[in-house]
Amino acid sequence: MAVEERDNYTGYLTTGHEWNGIKELNTPVPRAVYFFLLIAFLFSVGCWVLMPAWPLGVSYTKGLLGLDQRNIVQDSLKRAALGRSAWTQQIEAKSYQDIQADKALMQIVRQTGRTLFGDNCAVCHGRNAKGGHGFPNLTTTSWLWGGAPEAIAETIRVGINSSHLDSRTSQMPAFGHDHILQQADVDKVVAFVRSLSDPSAAKTARPDDVDAGKEIFVANCTACHGEDAKGNSDVGAPNLTDKFWIYGGDQQTIANTLWNGRQGHMPSWEGRLTPIDRKILALYLVDQRMPNQ
Amino acid sequence: MIGQLTKTERQYALLILLGLALCGLMFGIAGNHDPLGVHGALIGVAALVGIFKVISVYYDPEPGDERLNRYYDDPTKFGIILTMIWAVFGLLIGDWVAWLLVKPDFTLDAGWASFGRLRPVHTTSVLFGFGGNALIATSYYVLQRTSRARLADQLSPWFVLLGYNLFCVLAVTGYMMGITQSKEYAEPEWYADIWLLVVWVVYFTIYLRTLARRKEPHIYVANWYYMAFILVIAILHIVNNLAVPVSFGSAKSYSLFSGVQDAMTEWWYGHNAVAFFLTAGFLGMMYYFLPVRAGRPIYSYRMSIISFWGITFFYMWAGSHHLHYTALPQWVQTLGMTFSLMLLIPSWASAGNALLTLNGAWDKVRDDATLRFMMVAAVFYGITTFEGSFLAIRPVNSLSHYTDWTVGHVHAGALGWVAMITFGSIYAIVPWLWKTERMYSPRLVEVHFWLALAGAVVYVFAMWNSGIIQGLMWRTYNESGTLAYTFVDSLIAMHPYYIARAIGGLLFLIGAIIGAYNIWMTIRTGIRDVRDSATDMPSPMLGGTTVLESGE
Repeated sequence: MAVEERDNYTGYLTTGHEWNGIKELNTPVPRAVYFFLLIAFLFSVGCWVLMPAWPLGVSYTKGLLGLDQRNIVQDSLKRAALGRSAWTQQIEAKSYQDIQADKALMQIVRQTGRTLFGDNCAVCHGRNAKGGHGFPNLTTTSWLWGGAPEAIAETIRVGINSSHLDSRTSQMPAFGHDHILQQADVDKVVAFVRSLSDPSAAKTARPDDVDAGKEIFVANCTACHGEDAKGNSDVGAPNLTDKFWIYGGDQQTIANTLWNGRQGHMPSWEGRLTPIDRKILALYLVDQRMPNQ
Repeated sequence: MIGQLTKTERQYALLILLGLALCGLMFGIAGNHDPLGVHGALIGVAALVGIFKVISVYYDPEPGDERLNRYYDDPTKFGIILTMIWAVFGLLIGDWVAWLLVKPDFTLDAGWASFGRLRPVHTTSVLFGFGGNALIATSYYVLQRTSRARLADQLSPWFVLLGYNLFCVLAVTGYMMGITQSKEYAEPEWYADIWLLVVWVVYFTIYLRTLARRKEPHIYVANWYYMAFILVIAILHIVNNLAVPVSFGSAKSYSLFSGVQDAMTEWWYGHNAVAFFLTAGFLGMMYYFLPVRAGRPIYSYRMSIISFWGITFFYMWAGSHHLHYTALPQWVQTLGMTFSLMLLIPSWASAGNALLTLNGAWDKVRDDATLRFMMVAAVFYGITTFEGSFLAIRPVNSLSHYTDWTVGHVHAGALGWVAMITFGSIYAIVPWLWKTERMYSPRLVEVHFWLALAGAVVYVFAMWNSGIIQGLMWRTYNESGTLAYTFVDSLIAMHPYYIARAIGGLLFLIGAIIGAYNIWMTIRTGIRDVRDSATDMPSPMLGGTTVLESGE
């Protein structure tokens, strides 16, 4: 038997049910609940009328506004491209030198190049483009494959040791591992190579070693690194006389490089970045290194 | 605790455990070149421990019939302890991954400690470990009292509770080994899913069988919610996890769905898991513990009905708002958005019903941290459901989607609503279960309340800021018409908020540890007699000796 009781605080009756001491008031649902439910429903009906909403077998109600998210996104992409076309056309048409001479265009290159670099290149070369272990510093004048904007754009396009058909390819042989040089000879070459860029290293090493190392260097290394050891951007051989190192210029690292060889990898960006994007990136990198070099 | 089982129940327990041990053995052999083998061993060991445990009490005297005069609360007690263990573990891992986002290198150079593996460990531990155990434990308690009937038997509640925890352990250890089917909140692989299904069906039958023998003419609203939770989770779980294993010796399986159908199925599952696990289940909890603790009648029976059917009906359509602006056809998105908006009304009616129930008891809210936990939970429930409907609006979603705003929204719900209502209910139920007058230290409950509130607020505000900044940075163009910021720029901007979030999470974790200590001390110092609790009302209609009926 349900016995309703009046709740003293609210004045409402209970439903008369009780569960382990819990009672419920028979309070009517506040009118606001129905009101807002109706508002929400009417709003929804409005959305259904205006927008694609209800399935009809193989089709659906298209909505009075004729909205279609695919068309909308394509239109807005087109409009955005049109907005940029004022300068993208110039970048496409002009030569690197002409763009570099154009202050307004270079302003755009700096703006857009920064985000292009940050979203695509920074993961290896670092946000400041200064590289890291195994990843070249791009703010120097020391470029493996040439530092002219055309050469940089080509490197970005095809990559290094990448899967691209025109990929730039190079390899530092494993002189020790492949028994081209003995351990003692490797040590001598290391002493010589270090003396090229670091005068203090030249002083601490045994003069005999440096001289002997030079002989071995001439016999084995000059084909790629050149007689002056300043490298060769045709084959991607680094300059060994400057202070920039990809893997490190200390004794142990150079010995490792000589013993095990090196073959760095950079992906090809032809399929991922447009020619304009790659051009902007090349110009951006050249522009970034100018102030201090 | 299992000493209360009758002889027949002990025999059945042994039979089930032997079957489980056999399954473990088979998986161990078939999957010996696969992570599945490790799980086979784990299942086998768990079954063996169970077998030894049952054998150790096998020849103990059987419980007398006087047990039938009392509700069967042993599984609830054990479930509450498991709840707190999972709470501390899950929050600990959560804060760990929060710090991992502050300092991404802190992965110990180990696969298991990578963000991608630890994050599902966190989500599964808190949602299923902490939340699920809390729901199972409290549902047994609420079901018996609001039906004035003892649980239909003594074995199946243990099967469900322990089987469910075996599922949670399989899930969490699997992630660390790299086992996942890559569906958010449904990561466990096919064998764990099948096991959970068995457990879940038994759970539902416990509910049906106990309700069938109820002595109350009406089914209390808390039970509607608990039932909706159990039934719908079963449906969601089955459909979303339809998959074909590579072989019976492999943990890997392939989903029956692919592409956008897979995405839609996943978010139909995902959002209704929010609806029926994290909302309906915990509303069931709230509808029992809040009025009892406040000593007030439910504000409006009619509002309970409207809210229940509103929530049940509208939520089912809302999942597609997780896929705005994707390959999902636009009409599905429009439907998802509009039903998410209409959902706000029954959600707020529920929150309102809870808060209005407190009218006449606000002095208790002020003085009693336990009731305050429940009050704040209802407020957070209101905030979160409003935010949820708001974020479901397509243009708003275009800013918020994929950002930390979503993370903040989820945690407003998980920390503010789910965890708070659970802690409030646990602080209420522990003295009732262990027959003590009050918690070991009401002061520590107060400390926990403020730590939890501070932690949740710091967390949510940090993620609101971070998310909106992220969303704006990702869509800002410079005057050239190209993006103004790189993705890394947005990461740098988020860094301070990530620190704040990790600190907020730490506060919440410390609160839970204090709570676990307080509960443990209450249990240890509690009086261990079997007096009926003052909160268990004697039947006004029966009055005889056997208030409760026997099981099978």
